[in-house]
Amino acid sequence: MAASLVEVHIRINGSSTTTEVEPRQLLVQHLREDHHLRGTHVGCDTSNCGACTVLLDGKAVKSCTVLAVQADGREVETVESLAAPDGTLNQLQEGFRFEHGLQCGFCTPGMLMACTSLLANNPDPSELEIRQSLEGNLCRCTGYEMIVRSVRWAAEHRAGREGEK
Amino acid sequence: MIPSKFDYLRVESAAEAIAALTQHGSEAKLLAGGHSLLPLMKLRLANPEVLIDMGHIDDLRYIRDAGHQVAVGALTTLDDLTSAHLLKTAAPLLATAAATVGDPQVRTCGTIGGTLVHGDPAGDLPAVAIAMRADLVIEGPSGSRVVSADDFFLGFLETAVAADELLTEIRFPKMDGVGWSFQKFNRRAQDYAIVGVALVSGGGQCGVGLVNMASRPLRSEAVESAVRGGASYEDASEVAADGTEPSQDLNASADYRRHLARVLVGRALVEAASRKH
Ligand code: FES
Ligand code: FES
Repeated sequence: MAASLVEVHIRINGSSTTTEVEPRQLLVQHLREDHHLRGTHVGCDTSNCGACTVLLDGKAVKSCTVLAVQADGREVETVESLAAPDGTLNQLQEGFRFEHGLQCGFCTPGMLMACTSLLANNPDPSELEIRQSLEGNLCRCTGYEMIVRSVRWAAEHRAGREGEK
Repeated sequence: MIPSKFDYLRVESAAEAIAALTQHGSEAKLLAGGHSLLPLMKLRLANPEVLIDMGHIDDLRYIRDAGHQVAVGALTTLDDLTSAHLLKTAAPLLATAAATVGDPQVRTCGTIGGTLVHGDPAGDLPAVAIAMRADLVIEGPSGSRVVSADDFFLGFLETAVAADELLTEIRFPKMDGVGWSFQKFNRRAQDYAIVGVALVSGGGQCGVGLVNMASRPLRSEAVESAVRGGASYEDASEVAADGTEPSQDLNASADYRRHLARVLVGRALVEAASRKH
């Protein structure tokens, strides 16, 4: 059976895109292959590891378990959206740098996006809340301790909080 | 892996979904949040020729006060359930159990209708539907019908929803001060329960749904009648494995699952009593 192509309109990192895709194409493939956004990783391809986490309409999803056609008409943000165009890291990325929240870095894009979604709803999460919101993200290197500290660093250094004690 | 090829059909209403099902019959599959179906399709364990995407039917995504019940649209996400204000008082068991399903990313996509229709004995929300004695609204070519949770879960991954039908709404009786508890035993945060218990008790009623204690989501008649008959928590939890047929796998032997059911029902009864008001 020749499945026909479907046109999808997805806003990716603030830019409107229109692409013809096979309906079976996964969102992660769409991002990496059609839009060359290779920051989003595929770790397990079975919705376990969270390396492929992106934001879909502002909420964290595993892009290996979403079809590109399901994102039609919606907004996707990937790890590439975090730093400023000149490469300046945002507060969360700065936290990962400062607290050594990564070793090999493979899980990091997913960790960053899951934490972005957390901090958007809860700018000052407790350690427990951070751990709970990372239940869907696996790291084989850091033991999580430093990732949790990185997120706390970002919360403590968030814009508008300077001078608070 | 990538799913095998299929034709993609997007529907905008329940009526369109039913029409598409009627036209394509058993070759078609409905796609809601996709977190049960897509993994199966990626493993090529499910190979529908036509995928009917309901993800854009916003009319089926709601949580409403309906008198003595709370009506939940089938496409309401698990994340919606965990954050809904109405559920915090009217159905805290549902909100709490939903917050333990999978992980945050899964809950963004996964829907209540999807998880119920999947009919997985290891699923958390089927046990909640059983414990709370929810009613399920099924629509098909000849209209709609209402089925009780007991008549909904028929067997392993098998529910009362026929091939040309669609689950549209789930109605949960309001809990209004009744005690409740959700117990889930697993070894890693995002895992399925090895055994789980959803329980409501108080005001002369008792509902107990067991997770992973048979080939389908199961009501514990034994515990319910013990509690209604005024048994102590110890005696009521002793019968928790009666009438069950747990499987065995790498996580647990059948005997260990029976043991867990007794322990978790005991804990659930104690916790529910502490919440009654
Ligand atoms: S690659 Fe998507 S969860 Fe692992
Ligand atoms: S830093 Fe290596 S997997 Fe997380």
